[in-house]
Amino acid sequence: MSTAGDNRRLSFDAPIHEMEARLGEMQAEYARSRAGGDASAVAEQIRRLRRELAGLKQTIYANLEAWQQVQVARHVERPQSREYIDLVFDEFIELHGDRAVGDDGAIVTGLARLDEHKIMFVGHQKGRNLSERTACNFGMPHPEGYRKAILKMQTAEKFGLPIVTFIDTPGAYPGIAAEERGQALVIAENLLKMSMLKTPIISVVIGEGGSGGALGIGVADRLAMLEHAYYSVITPEGCATILWKSSEHWKKAAEALRMTSRDLLGFGIIDEVVPEPLGGAHRDHREAASTLKSFLLRALRELVEIPRDVVLQQRYEKYRRIGVFFEGVDAAAAEVLEAVVGSASATETTAATLAPADQQRPTRPPIAAVDVDPTPHGVDSRAGALETAPTRD
Amino acid sequence: MAQGRQSHAWHGHFEPKRVPEGVWMRCDGCQATLFRKQVEENLNVCPECDHHFQVSVADRVAQLVDTDTFEEWHADLRPGDPLGFNDRRPYPERIRAEQERTGLNEAAVVGQGFIKGIRVVLGLTDSGFIMGSMGSVVGEKLTRAAEEATRQRLPLVIVSGSGGGARMHEGILSLMQMAKVSSALGRHHAAGGLFISVLTHPTMGGVAASFASLGDIILAEPKALIGFAGPKVIAQTVRVQLPTGFQTSEFLLEHGFIDRIVHRRDLRGTLARLIDFVTPS
Repeated sequence: MSTAGDNRRLSFDAPIHEMEARLGEMQAEYARSRAGGDASAVAEQIRRLRRELAGLKQTIYANLEAWQQVQVARHVERPQSREYIDLVFDEFIELHGDRAVGDDGAIVTGLARLDEHKIMFVGHQKGRNLSERTACNFGMPHPEGYRKAILKMQTAEKFGLPIVTFIDTPGAYPGIAAEERGQALVIAENLLKMSMLKTPIISVVIGEGGSGGALGIGVADRLAMLEHAYYSVITPEGCATILWKSSEHWKKAAEALRMTSRDLLGFGIIDEVVPEPLGGAHRDHREAASTLKSFLLRALRELVEIPRDVVLQQRYEKYRRIGVFFEGVDAAAAEVLEAVVGSASATETTAATLAPADQQRPTRPPIAAVDVDPTPHGVDSRAGALETAPTRD
Repeated sequence: MAQGRQSHAWHGHFEPKRVPEGVWMRCDGCQATLFRKQVEENLNVCPECDHHFQVSVADRVAQLVDTDTFEEWHADLRPGDPLGFNDRRPYPERIRAEQERTGLNEAAVVGQGFIKGIRVVLGLTDSGFIMGSMGSVVGEKLTRAAEEATRQRLPLVIVSGSGGGARMHEGILSLMQMAKVSSALGRHHAAGGLFISVLTHPTMGGVAASFASLGDIILAEPKALIGFAGPKVIAQTVRVQLPTGFQTSEFLLEHGFIDRIVHRRDLRGTLARLIDFVTPS
């Protein structure tokens, strides 16, 4: 098939499935041998095979290509928001509706308890079987979904509850009704409102981070991705259609877009990669949930200690400094710098290591030099700092 | 002048790209054959059917701002290539070609100017530069413009034209610009600042789903294409014929998402009047 489907059996998983089948046969043989007397030889073989299987999963999953990550992120058996709600939280009271148009099944919202923390949960839901998927619109929200999300978040703000959002959508729904009800506007408003919410926000991309539809519930103080999730400005199929003129090239697009958790960590966009069980979250929901829970607890404990105005200021700064560009250099110098920096990375390190050699370095609005206070200095002091500070660590 | 701010005079030297070369031209709207000079003198609007041709940033500035009052800021911001992106040609090469073709460093121009004597911070995106898409530079310039408007308590006007939305070539960094600009606009609103968003043909995707939709007042030029998903994508998804006039300014007005449709010749006057209403005299 031409696009990344949600195949139950992934092509690159074949060696794992083969070995699992062999293991199954051996276990059957073990049962027979035990009935007939000595089974220790078979037991030893089984142990060896199990070690090999773990090694195989490790090898395959540590070296997945971008397009393979996309397939894992879309795996039908991958845990979704509702599984994590059951496995991670101690209590959950679902709250429905946007009080205007309806209740969008593609976004689940409700009050949840996580150890000592009471939180508001907001997450995409794609659905497991056909009827669920239809009810959830395959995890592609309409405007009422985003409106529902922000309404519940505002309730959380009012009562001082931290917000946890799980991102798992191919994108906001591209349909006629969605446009009629203002898809672009509701996402825009969510971005603005989330940036101002006076309560901590933690977001985790648990599967697919599909563009604006993901970001619409994803402006956060702490942003993490599960190891095999992806987060992208556009789906690889969409990108391939536009730039390569055919969705057939989606694998190339997936690579080019740099959309894996490792890429985003490198860009400094996410704070953390939450590791998945060996061979992907779809192989062990419980373990995936338990790792996710530890991350959430850690982030919550950290954030609730910080005064709310500081949280808000830090959230602003977090987004304020995202971007890679040149400033104060002419075209020729920019070209040379581009050649030096190349495609290496967009992290602060690159800029810093480059800086001593050449003061005309590419600038990202730097952490150290940015003055984002809306005081009379702002732009001026930042620009000054850029020109005078040759190095930064 | 504040340090680090690029404050050279606006030369308006960019070639108008949107109206085809030649003495005569055909209108995309009514197919009439038109005398090109006449169209240009009419603000690039068809004298027969009022079709609004796309205009370059330079022309737009000339149309909106009092003569010689526009001062561009941060003109020296240039895009990098954080992804090492290469589709059918390397991104830096694509950028260079666009820069040469348009005379712009990037798709956005920001600065200050006077509209009928009222000082405003102005942001414009040129739909001709990689489809007016938003990468790091566009996001950064518009964010700085919003921050400066907040700081100086000036009205902010952003004229959007973007068929591309968030720019694919800068990947996730482009997507995050949506959050960055929206955050700055959040602060501008919270500080009581005025923001008027003007939507022109086309305003789509990540641009429509961020700053362009966040005005206190949202205006649009007639018959502009405005929406989240592109009509082709929608048609492929829903597999039905899209209704006539779908995703036009008129469609958005009917569904309650914009305040007014304003003819290009009235835009400058309308902006001045609106700003006057909400500014203490």
